[in-house]
Amino acid sequence: MISDLLSATVIIGIISSGIRLTTPYLFASIGEMFGQRSGVLNLGVEGQMLLGSFVAFYVTLKTSNLWLGLLAAMGVGALMGLAMAFVTVNLHATQGISGIGFYLFGMGMSNLLFQKLVGTVEGVRGFQKISVPLLGKIPVIGEIFFNHNALVYLAFLLVPVAWFVLNKTTLGLKIRAVGENPEAADSLGVSVAGIRYLTVIMGGVFSGIAGASLSVALLNVFQQNMTAGQGFIAVALVYFGSWKPFGILGGALLFSMVNALQLWIQVLGIPIPAELAVMMPYILTLLVLTLSVSKGRGPSALTKVFEREG
Amino acid sequence: MQKNSPVINEKVAFETLEMRGITKRFPGVLANDNVNFDLRAGEVHALLGENGAGKSTLMKILYGMYHPDAGEILINGKTVRINSPTSAIQQGIGMIHQHFMLVPTLTVAENVALGLPSSRKPLTDLDRVSERIISLADKYHLSIDPSAYIWQLSVGQQQRVEIIKALYRGAAILLLDEPTAVLTPQEVNELFAIMRQMQSDGYGLVFISHKLHEVISISERVTVLRDGRNVGTRLTCDVTQNTLAKWMVGREIEFIKSTDKPQVGEVRLALEDVSCRSDRGVEGLRGVNLTVHSGEIVGLAGVSGNGQLELAEALTGLRPITKGRILIEGEDVTGKKPAEITEKGLSYIPEERMKDGMIRDFSISENLVLREHHKMPFSKHGFLQMSYINDHADRLIEQYRVKTPSRKTLAKSLSGGNIQKVLLARELSREPRAIVAAQPTRGLDIGASEYVHEQLLMERKKGTAILLISEDLDEILALADRIAVIYEGKIMDILPRETATKEDIGLLMAGVHPGETIRNEKCD
Ligand SMILES: Nc1ncnc2c1ncn2[C@@H]1O[C@H](COP(=O)(O)OP(=O)(O)O)[C@@H](O)[C@H]1O
Ligand SMILES: [Mg+2]
Repeated sequence: MISDLLSATVIIGIISSGIRLTTPYLFASIGEMFGQRSGVLNLGVEGQMLLGSFVAFYVTLKTSNLWLGLLAAMGVGALMGLAMAFVTVNLHATQGISGIGFYLFGMGMSNLLFQKLVGTVEGVRGFQKISVPLLGKIPVIGEIFFNHNALVYLAFLLVPVAWFVLNKTTLGLKIRAVGENPEAADSLGVSVAGIRYLTVIMGGVFSGIAGASLSVALLNVFQQNMTAGQGFIAVALVYFGSWKPFGILGGALLFSMVNALQLWIQVLGIPIPAELAVMMPYILTLLVLTLSVSKGRGPSALTKVFEREG
Repeated sequence: MQKNSPVINEKVAFETLEMRGITKRFPGVLANDNVNFDLRAGEVHALLGENGAGKSTLMKILYGMYHPDAGEILINGKTVRINSPTSAIQQGIGMIHQHFMLVPTLTVAENVALGLPSSRKPLTDLDRVSERIISLADKYHLSIDPSAYIWQLSVGQQQRVEIIKALYRGAAILLLDEPTAVLTPQEVNELFAIMRQMQSDGYGLVFISHKLHEVISISERVTVLRDGRNVGTRLTCDVTQNTLAKWMVGREIEFIKSTDKPQVGEVRLALEDVSCRSDRGVEGLRGVNLTVHSGEIVGLAGVSGNGQLELAEALTGLRPITKGRILIEGEDVTGKKPAEITEKGLSYIPEERMKDGMIRDFSISENLVLREHHKMPFSKHGFLQMSYINDHADRLIEQYRVKTPSRKTLAKSLSGGNIQKVLLARELSREPRAIVAAQPTRGLDIGASEYVHEQLLMERKKGTAILLISEDLDEILALADRIAVIYEGKIMDILPRETATKEDIGLLMAGVHPGETIRNEKCD
């Protein structure tokens, strides 16, 4: 039975689905990274994902237009980001607590809307696999890397783009400065509030896409609480990746591979209790986080309120 | 922004600056009360005053960080409104803050470029910024590597980055808020050279300090502030050090010195062959032997980082020792917990008074009972006795002349001098048998330093044993009965005050025994 896991098709299957499963983590985590680099910890990612997931699903269901669905998910993500920014930047609310508030809101709201507007389990036709010309035909490699839906490619493209924005643009410089020493940035005329609004809203948009990637690209259904903690894992990945896009990529791949492995274990009926298999990614989260605490130092102003005195 | 247009600002045209009738009130404090101040191109105007006099507040108003309740600002004769740092920068004002406004995880060039439009928008143009930094640095002999990270730089170098930041933005007026407080004497000279050159290039410089000799050696004019009010403005050549001191403090200052013979009693503190590690894991102390008797002050001189902190922490039980014994009144306290050592009657005035001595977000009355709160009469059966704690606080605030709106004021909103007074009040009111005082006057103004010295001398008279750790040789020579010099974790020598000279101590601090000939190895 265990030997089933070692066959070529299964290994290719695991890696390929691992790559696919990375999508929501990458979007949510990279978005969260921008917020944290500017000093805002948003624990509401899970809620933003759930609502984004539902809205993308619902709009797609009604209009049959996937891109419209995706856009709607980005919109609700942005709105939730806006609310989070207002509460933390203007009202100086404690970031951790308000994030949990937004998580609960997103979860409750997506459940409610689902029950009122849909009610039963329905499927949609989601983003389809696109085989990259030529590359998609390469044996093994093509199957693993170049036969995915559009969002998977976008997610991987996001990593170098995020790195570039953060390290090579004036906006990235401002974000890094605001997250390390907002007083210094403010004294040079950088709008601390403006930058934080921008990153938190951007984070919301990416969380919305992350949610959509579940409901209209990976699973093509909506279920209550379908994110199952992935939003929180995405926050943890930011720490794991030391607030760097490529670090996050590494972490996201690791988690998704474990997740894929666990799914295949269930599919192949290997006699490990299903509950235990499902727990694997979470146990890994805890392990990795404990081991990586000493590794990086986060942005100095993370979770700190900024207020100009006088 | 046009492509490739220079984004480097030219120096703003500047003739005169005038602040008229500036008033600024904070909750409970009138920080500036109808203050007038003016500055001309090509002069250094010193702003002198004790801690809390309102110097930083006045300059932060000029830099747009605080909004005044009344008053106006004129530049080149025209009224201007400065309501943010950005508008101050546009008016040609640059400020070097007391606490640097730098992002440690960014490079010099990134710190300079931050907030400026880029010629390669939306990309950064760090190469161009670096070039311009180098040319500015060359002009004023600032020698700075644009690609270095701020955290890698010394405090003096960071200050130069601040100066470059201001010049880069076209500043013609530079506000330097206590720029020498963090510098070594040599770095102070370098800063003064930079300031003189800027002055001859037509910049207007405001130099804030509470050190009289610095003010006299660098400024053309001096304005003294006391309790938020103007005391006067004079040409520096027309005033003496004593006049300025009197203006600043509001009374005659006597520079304290202990002259009487110490009434030396039994040994109260003893370190026998003590070694310990520093935070970095290397040897911090290497076989230190030192005794302090009842009724004497032993001064520990040395360049900072030679084991002073380790010695203080070993004595107070905060740092485990790897070898040797520590005795308090003859009793072996090696390996005992800080609380047990406190019980033996040792008081500690730590160097980092805000970090190690107090809790920032606690009130004065709470800070005053930190050590004894669990004991009668401050607590009974585990309940704090608030009325007793409050009376105790009021009594000490009065006795130690702490300047504060109330006992409920949080420690973090007190000035350095008043923080030190609260600390002294707590540590001395418990009638200690011995005191370890680390840098007790660092960062304090004349009045507050004088006060601390008085208190230590009074304790000496009462028979307390005092270990005074200081980098200020004048302070050690004025107070200590014996002077121990520490170098790389070892006591180089212990000199009686009568025969100690500054030169000898200086040599010992550099690790050289007086009389020893220094040879350059290359000459052998
Ligand atoms: N942001 C602030 N909030 C409340 N009080 C302040 C603030 N800044 C300064 N003060 C008070 O104003 C007075 C003057 O302070 P400051 O200008 O910093 O003095 P100086 O720079 O001369 O030492 C002090 O009593 C200080 O406690
Ligand atoms: Mg000040």
